[in-house]
Amino acid sequence: MRIGIDVGGTNTDAVLMTGRTVVGWAKSPTTRDVSSGITNVLQALLAQTQVAPQDISAVMLGTTHFTNAVVERKSLSKTAVIRIGLPATSALPPYIDWPEDLTAALGGVYYLVHGGYEFDGRPIAALDEDEIREAAQKIHASGIDCVAISSVFSPVNPDQEKRAAEIVAAEIPNVKISLSHEIGRIGLLERENAAAMNACLSHLAVRIVQSFRDALAGLGIQAPFYISQNDGTLMSAEFVEKYPVLTFASGPTNSMRGAAFLSGLKDAVVVDIGGTTSDVGVLSQGFPREASISVRIGGVRTNFRMPDVLSFGLGGGSHVKTEPLEIGPQSVGYEITSRALIFGGNDLTTTDIAVAAGMVDIGDKSRVAHLESDLVVSAIRRMAEMIEISVDRMKTTAGAVPVILVGGGIILVGDSLAGVSELHRPEHASVANAIGAAIAQVGGEVDRIFSLDAIPRNEALEQAKAEARARVLESGALPDTIEIVDVEEVPLAYLPGSATRIRVKAVGTLAVD
Amino acid sequence: MRRMIGIKEVEDIALGAAVLGTGGGGDPYVGKLMAQQAIREHGPVELVTADEMAPEDMSVAIAMMGAPTVMVEKIPGGNECVQAFKAVQSYVGKEIRYIYSIEAGGINSTIPIRLAAQLGLPLLDLDGMGRAFPEIQMVTHNLFGITATPFTMADEKGNSAVLATIDNRWMETFARGIAVNMGATAHIACYAATGAQQQESAIHGTMSLAENIGKAIREARTAHTNPIAAIQQTTGAFVVFHGKLIDVQRRTVAGFAHGSAVLEGIGAHSGTTMNIQFQNENLIAETDGEVIVSVPDLITMVEEDTGEPITTEQLRYGFRVLVLAMPCHPHWRTEQGLKVVGPRYFGYDTDYVPVETRFA
Amino acid sequence: MWSLSHDDVEAIAIGAGILGTGGGGSPYLGKIRMQHLLRQGYTVDIISLDELADNALTCEIGWMGAPTVGVEKIHAGDEAQWALAALEKYVGQPLDAILCSEIGGSNSIAPLEAGALTGKPVVDGDAMGRAFPKMQMSTHFIAGVACTPAVLVDEKGNAILLSHMTDSFALERFTRDLCVQMGCTAMLALPVMRGIQAKATSVPGTITLARHVGEAVLAARASKDSVVAAVLAITGGIELFTGKLVDVQRLTARGFARGELVCEGLGADRGEWLHIAFQNENLIAWRGGQASRDQVVACVPDLICLLETDTGEPITTEQLRYGLRVTVLAIPCTDQFRTEAALKIVGPSAFGYHDVIYHPLPKQAGMGIQ
Repeated sequence: MRIGIDVGGTNTDAVLMTGRTVVGWAKSPTTRDVSSGITNVLQALLAQTQVAPQDISAVMLGTTHFTNAVVERKSLSKTAVIRIGLPATSALPPYIDWPEDLTAALGGVYYLVHGGYEFDGRPIAALDEDEIREAAQKIHASGIDCVAISSVFSPVNPDQEKRAAEIVAAEIPNVKISLSHEIGRIGLLERENAAAMNACLSHLAVRIVQSFRDALAGLGIQAPFYISQNDGTLMSAEFVEKYPVLTFASGPTNSMRGAAFLSGLKDAVVVDIGGTTSDVGVLSQGFPREASISVRIGGVRTNFRMPDVLSFGLGGGSHVKTEPLEIGPQSVGYEITSRALIFGGNDLTTTDIAVAAGMVDIGDKSRVAHLESDLVVSAIRRMAEMIEISVDRMKTTAGAVPVILVGGGIILVGDSLAGVSELHRPEHASVANAIGAAIAQVGGEVDRIFSLDAIPRNEALEQAKAEARARVLESGALPDTIEIVDVEEVPLAYLPGSATRIRVKAVGTLAVD
Repeated sequence: MRRMIGIKEVEDIALGAAVLGTGGGGDPYVGKLMAQQAIREHGPVELVTADEMAPEDMSVAIAMMGAPTVMVEKIPGGNECVQAFKAVQSYVGKEIRYIYSIEAGGINSTIPIRLAAQLGLPLLDLDGMGRAFPEIQMVTHNLFGITATPFTMADEKGNSAVLATIDNRWMETFARGIAVNMGATAHIACYAATGAQQQESAIHGTMSLAENIGKAIREARTAHTNPIAAIQQTTGAFVVFHGKLIDVQRRTVAGFAHGSAVLEGIGAHSGTTMNIQFQNENLIAETDGEVIVSVPDLITMVEEDTGEPITTEQLRYGFRVLVLAMPCHPHWRTEQGLKVVGPRYFGYDTDYVPVETRFA
Repeated sequence: MWSLSHDDVEAIAIGAGILGTGGGGSPYLGKIRMQHLLRQGYTVDIISLDELADNALTCEIGWMGAPTVGVEKIHAGDEAQWALAALEKYVGQPLDAILCSEIGGSNSIAPLEAGALTGKPVVDGDAMGRAFPKMQMSTHFIAGVACTPAVLVDEKGNAILLSHMTDSFALERFTRDLCVQMGCTAMLALPVMRGIQAKATSVPGTITLARHVGEAVLAARASKDSVVAAVLAITGGIELFTGKLVDVQRLTARGFARGELVCEGLGADRGEWLHIAFQNENLIAWRGGQASRDQVVACVPDLICLLETDTGEPITTEQLRYGLRVTVLAIPCTDQFRTEAALKIVGPSAFGYHDVIYHPLPKQAGMGIQ
């Protein structure tokens, strides 16, 4: 028996599954402290299914908390970037290609210092420790305690990033440091962007993960708990506290895998409407189509291996502004049950519109009876347009395509959309994310340096693959579900013996139940 | 004829240049940002055709030289191209009035835009390759006897050099070694040429071609028509393979990214495999052991859905691509041209066959 | 000031061979060319550092590359003129005098040839007082003189001007690779400095010193006296060992001949062995057993010279072979190499011998290499 939980901006969903069967599900509003919402939904789920806490073998959790924070520019900590690379790199400073409002949310503070490595491992310039110390002191004086450190060719040689981290930690008490070489691959701007976003989420990450822990402990659930990352595989809670940025695309991945599972369709566009954002992705042969080169998160370019997803600010809790008509991106999120008009609050939300239009009956519909029908009709049309435009951007043929609707916000959608051949709303669609989390796979990664003078390349690759498979097996995967999903080679020209860094990732289905 | 290049035009040029880059030419993203940054600071750049030059007016080419795998990591300091330009101007001994690109494929389409913006000089609508090529003598100006000397080099650390060699092939040897020691990336100014020399020896209109390709792809994506068809309409390209990347091997040797990519056929090409060899740029495409396209014709891999060109350093296991082939400029198809850029120069025991004879 | 004669060249070649400490290439080819130029009527004036005007412009001239190639690919003859012309064009002014970069080995003669062909005087001094394998190992650069502009030319006419390098280590890397591409021999002219800088940072009087050493060797041979004693009387220093070469191991890496030799003691040194590590030039000498290195008896930057016991002829690294009877001398180096800063660049640790501590050989004031 395992539980999949999805903590969305509005609702926290939970499913109980055994094998491929959904035993039960529950939804509860996400709470500000996060853990209460988890506790509530799990209590509801356990009551509904009469399952004892000790019968639960694993808990898998997916969350869009961190993505939402970036998209909405909320709960982000002020961050400073220290880039080690002078005299190189000054042509394009940090934040160069960022949307202005996101740069403003982080504060836009950066320091360029001397150092970095050439491709062959020689330093571009000697590391100037005083320079770094001075930058750290200035950062501390400005009250910033989240720092991202990037350096030229750090995936090949991380020494300078590590030394800089030591110096910064000595100057700033309780500082949260993100090192670019731990987060990204070759490509300085993309890797630095990922590190900066990771840093600005660090405080939020600690709060959120602790709230997850508290919720589970409070219910007596002692099963191991995992959080899903970008590629849909699971990682430990400790890992998420350090690398929240790796959860960015887990929501869409989970919702698409959940959508595929529920609908039985292998090729379709998936529209996941949450409380704050909607994500549109494409299922291709049962798996999310991957973004091939770079993925923009909140408008910022990264090079994570991620599903190709278009996110836009439409959800069940999105604010509706009138004159002129504007939908989102601000949303009441999980506060919908107190702030939406239908729940006695004062905010006009998209859910209020849906109730006023008679598309769904929840809350107190008399509280929206006063809304002008012109407004309701145009708001419904506008929401449909937002979805149609996004579906249109993601599909690859001009003709109509099948769409699978998932997520709690599907109440906002009518019976048909332009450009859509079939609109599917599978059973349990509203908890597709939680199901996706529950069926998520476990991953094992190997990242080692091999000397290709000592062993031939094919053998090194086979060794690395075998090791990755073994790691996945160790993490508890079913042996016949294990497959290699990613292989990457970085030749290290400066080391003798044709040294090459080989990274292999394998995944398998968790052997639970 | 003259018109202005601004932030938007740079977007289109960078995208079209990536198609002409045949897998090499450096990361268009970094070059694009650098050109746009300079335009923001100094204003838009005037693009002029060669016939606007007086016969004795002087122009010089500016470029970056090095391994693309390094260019995405070690971003330039910012002033290197001005350093290289000033050095070459002092050696040429007269005022240089025009900037041009020696290689419109890849980042070297946008580096000259940056320099032109920084100096307030016009940019010529031409280049020396019509694509990207790995070595510095692989330029049509070379075929017409124009020397790369004086050839100046600058890096971000302040190292600089001026080369005077007995021929352009020696220039490649020495410049490449210096570039490696500079950290596998260097800014160069070279191939100073008069208006008369440009008329005779350059490939005309390549900057506009790059812009048109980029614009066509962009418009196709917005209209949801096939971006690949748009590329074909603008360039005359043929689709020679459709496949999924199943293996990529890379090593950096003396400043070049050498390697090969293996594609497993999809759709109409199921059951066959294609092997593409590259040295920064794609050189040879073979299916089942037979060469079907070779240099100097252009071989570019693009994403199957979006038409986004893929550089050799971006290649990754699992990518689904279309392989496009385009005819090269006639200057390269002469006996002299093939000596410089034909397959045999690169060590392949095969004779050049124009792509249109196989695919028309 | 003195004017170079045929006999001077003969003597300088011998002296430079000894000061070459096994490296620097054989002066033989340079010697015969220089003597040929003299016969044709060319003249060379050698001026002391004191005679150099403070604001005079000078540069060093020297060869770079593998000695094994130099004996095959003999140079065209115009290289020095091309190199100087390229520097003068860059600077925009003529140069007034030529300096020697390295008195040890064939680079003792290269500036003399350049002086003859261009009519410029040659300054009596150099940047090492011996031979060393790498560009940064120069009293000029150690003292902070800029190492650029530098020009490298080959016999084909290619000329590369390095207008600016971040430091002399960078210069070494760039020029070493360019030299290999040129075919392992290239002429270097660098840097452009003022007379006042040359005076402050050169090792003075080394051309004259090389000449005196060579003259002493020739005189001792003629009178059948001890050549070793005659040399030491000029240079100072000590006789370390006399023996027979019983083992030589070589490996060539990136243009440098690295290796080790073992000498079995003869005469007073019977029953003991001397081990020497070299990298073109001799680096460290240890006294010990047949297979053991017990005690360092001399090391860089002091000079370790191997002479043929009978003739006093200097032996270069390429000439080492089993059975040679050799006498090993240790000669004190220039004071400019004995500072803490200099030892980081020319001491044992710069060559990878981190556990060898340099103990300067005692010097007599005014004697030998200053």
